[in-house]
Amino acid sequence: MSNKTIALAVAAALLAGTAHAQGISGDVVKIGIMNGASGPYAAISGKGSVVAAQMAVEDFGGKVLGKPVQILSADHQNKPDIGSAVAREWIDREGVDMIADMDTSSVALAVQRLATDKGVLTINTGAGSTALTNEQCTPLGIHYAYDTYALAVGIADPVIRAGGDKWFYITADYAFGHSLEENASNVVKATGGKNVGAVRHPFPNNDFSSYLLQAQGSGANVIALANAGQDTTNTIKQAGEFGIGRGEQQLVGLLVFISEVKSLGLQTAQGLKFTDSWYWDMNDETREFTKRFMQRHNAAPTSDQAAVYSAVTQYLKAVEAAGTDQGKAVRAQLGKMTFNDMYHKNAKLRTDGRVVHDMYLTEVKSPKEAKREWDLVKVIDTIPAEKAFIPLSESKCPLVKKSS
Amino acid sequence: MDISFKAILIQGMLGLNNGAFYAMLSLGLAVIFGLLNIVNFAHGAFYMLGAFAALIGLTQLGGWIGMPDLQINFWWALLLAPLFVGLLGVLVDRTMLKRLAGLDHLYGLLLTFGIALVLQGLFTNYYNTAGTPYPGKPEMLDGVVNLGFMFFPKYRLFALVFSLLVCLLTWYLIERTKLGAILRAGTENPDLVQALGINVPLLITLTYGFGVGLAALAGVLAAPIYSVSPLMGAELIIVVFAVVVIGGMGSIMGAIVTGLGLGMIEGITKVVYPPASSTVVFIIMAIVLLVRPAGLFGRE
Repeated sequence: MSNKTIALAVAAALLAGTAHAQGISGDVVKIGIMNGASGPYAAISGKGSVVAAQMAVEDFGGKVLGKPVQILSADHQNKPDIGSAVAREWIDREGVDMIADMDTSSVALAVQRLATDKGVLTINTGAGSTALTNEQCTPLGIHYAYDTYALAVGIADPVIRAGGDKWFYITADYAFGHSLEENASNVVKATGGKNVGAVRHPFPNNDFSSYLLQAQGSGANVIALANAGQDTTNTIKQAGEFGIGRGEQQLVGLLVFISEVKSLGLQTAQGLKFTDSWYWDMNDETREFTKRFMQRHNAAPTSDQAAVYSAVTQYLKAVEAAGTDQGKAVRAQLGKMTFNDMYHKNAKLRTDGRVVHDMYLTEVKSPKEAKREWDLVKVIDTIPAEKAFIPLSESKCPLVKKSS
Repeated sequence: MDISFKAILIQGMLGLNNGAFYAMLSLGLAVIFGLLNIVNFAHGAFYMLGAFAALIGLTQLGGWIGMPDLQINFWWALLLAPLFVGLLGVLVDRTMLKRLAGLDHLYGLLLTFGIALVLQGLFTNYYNTAGTPYPGKPEMLDGVVNLGFMFFPKYRLFALVFSLLVCLLTWYLIERTKLGAILRAGTENPDLVQALGINVPLLITLTYGFGVGLAALAGVLAAPIYSVSPLMGAELIIVVFAVVVIGGMGSIMGAIVTGLGLGMIEGITKVVYPPASSTVVFIIMAIVLLVRPAGLFGRE
C-alpha cells in the first residue's frame, strides 16, 4: 500500500473511532437509584423509588437508541462514605451513566461532587439542601424535586399570618437540617416573625423528649421541626406524649411526605400543613400513575418516588435527543427542554442545576374528611415556580456568575 | 446564663429516666464482669434482642406459628422476653464463652463484640434501623402525671420505678442472700468453692444468663419509649461501659448509683451546655480514672 492509502486508512479508522464514542457507552444505559432503604427515610424513597424507576423505563419502551436500559439500586444507609463508595464502584466498574434519588443531603453532596468529577450525571430527587445548587453546585448535578428554600417559603407565610410569629427549631444535626433551619429562619425574619431559638439533635435519633421540653420552655408559639422521615414522626408522637403542641404552641413539620402522615395517622396529624411538590390525588394523570404504582408497591407514591419516575423519563428523552449517554451532552440537552409529565408541567432546568416548577401547600385532612385509605391530604394553595425557588440572580453557584 | 431552675429540674427528671436504663444495663454488665471476668460487649445486643422479642411476640409470632390470635402482651413480655433471651445467653456461654475461660480479657471482649455485630447485622437486614414502633404500651399507662414542674408520661414514670425496683432487688440478691454469697465466693476462689461441693461452672453459666436477662428486661421496658431498632444497643453500650468503669467494675451498688447519677448529669448538661451533653460522661470517666482508677465504689 502507498503511504497515502495508509494515511487515508488510519484517518478513516480514527473517524470511525470517534463516531462510536458518540453513541451509548458500553451498549447499555445504566441508571443507579441510591437511597437510604434501611433508615429513617426508607418509606419516603426506599424500594418505592426503584419501582418508580423501573416503571419509567418500561413506559419508555425498555430501550433507548436501540440499547437496553438497566436499573441498579443500592442502600447508602444515610452515610456519605458508603454513598461515595457505592457511586465509585457503580461508575468505575459498572459503567453507570446516571445516579438518581440520593435522599440524605450529606450523601447527595458527596455523590454529586464525585459523579461530576467522573463525568456522570446526578439527578437528585430526595435530598433537600440548597447547597446542592448554591455553594456546592456542579456542572452535572441536577436538583430535581424540592429544596429547603421551597419548603420554608411555602409554610412560613401562612403560619405567620395566622399568628405563629415566634419560632423555635428542633434541627437534625447534619447538612439537611442546618440548611432547612437557615432557610426557614431567613424566611421567618423576612416575613416579620422572630426566631426565638434552636436545638440540634443527632441524626438519626430516637428520643426527642429533652429537645421538645426545651422548646416548650422557650416562649415560642411555633415549634418548627427541621428534620424528616421517622425523626419527624417520632418528634410529633413524643410531643403528644408530653402534651406539647396543643393550645398555645403549634408544631410545624418543615419537611413532611405522605409516608409520615400515614405513619402518624389522621387523628394525630390532622391540620398539619406542609409544602410538597406533588400529591397522588391532584388530577387524572397522577391518579392513573398511582393506580399502576400501587399494583407493584403496597403504598401510595410519595412526591420523591413520583419525581424519580419523572427524572428517569426525562433523562431517557434527553439521551434519545442527544444521541448519546455522555454526561455533558445529556446535561446540555436537558437544559434546552421544557418538562411536561404527570409530575410537573412547564418545568425548566437552570444553569445552577435547579429544576424550577410549582410547589403546593397542603393540609392533612381530619379523619371525618378522609374517604379512602390513602386519602390523607388536601392541596390548599399553589406556590408559583418563580416564588418557590431562590432566584437565579441570588444564587451562590459559581457557574451562574461565570455566564453573567 | 439564663437557665431557669425549672428547666434544670425538667431535664434532670428526663435524665433520671435515661439513668434508670443506664443503671439496669450497667448492673448486668457489672454482674457479668465482677463475677465472670468477661467484658461483655454483646450486652447492648441482648438489650436489643429483648426489645425485639417483645415486638415480635406481640406483632409477628402468632403469624409465624400459625396461631394468628396469639399476641404476647407487654406484661407477659416483661416476664418471657428476659427468660427467652437469658436462655440464649446461657447457650452463648456454654458453646462459646466457656472456651475462653482463663484466657486474657481481650478474647472475651473480641468474641462478644463479634457476637454483637452479627446480631445487629442480622436484624438490620429485616428491620428498619430508624426503629419500628412498639404498639403494645398498656392502656392503663397512657397519659401524663402532673409532677408540678412538668407533665411526665405515666409510662416513663412506671419504667423508672420498675427499673429501680429491679436494680435494688438484684443488689439485695447478690449482696445480702446466701445465693449471692456463693456467687461472690465462686469468683474469688472458684477452686475452693468447687471443693466445697458447689457446681461453679453451672453457677457461672446461670449468672451470665441472669445478666443477659437483665439487659433484655431493659429492652422490653425501652420498647414503648424509644421504639425498636437493631442499632438501639450499639447507641447505648458505650455510655453503659463508661458508667460501669466510673462506678467500679465489680460493684453492684456502684453501677446503680452511677447509672442514675450520670443520667441526671447528662440531662442537666443538655440545658447548661448542650454541645457537651454527649461527651460529659466520658469526661467524668477520664477524671475518675485519673483520680480513683478502681472507680468510685470499686474495691481493688
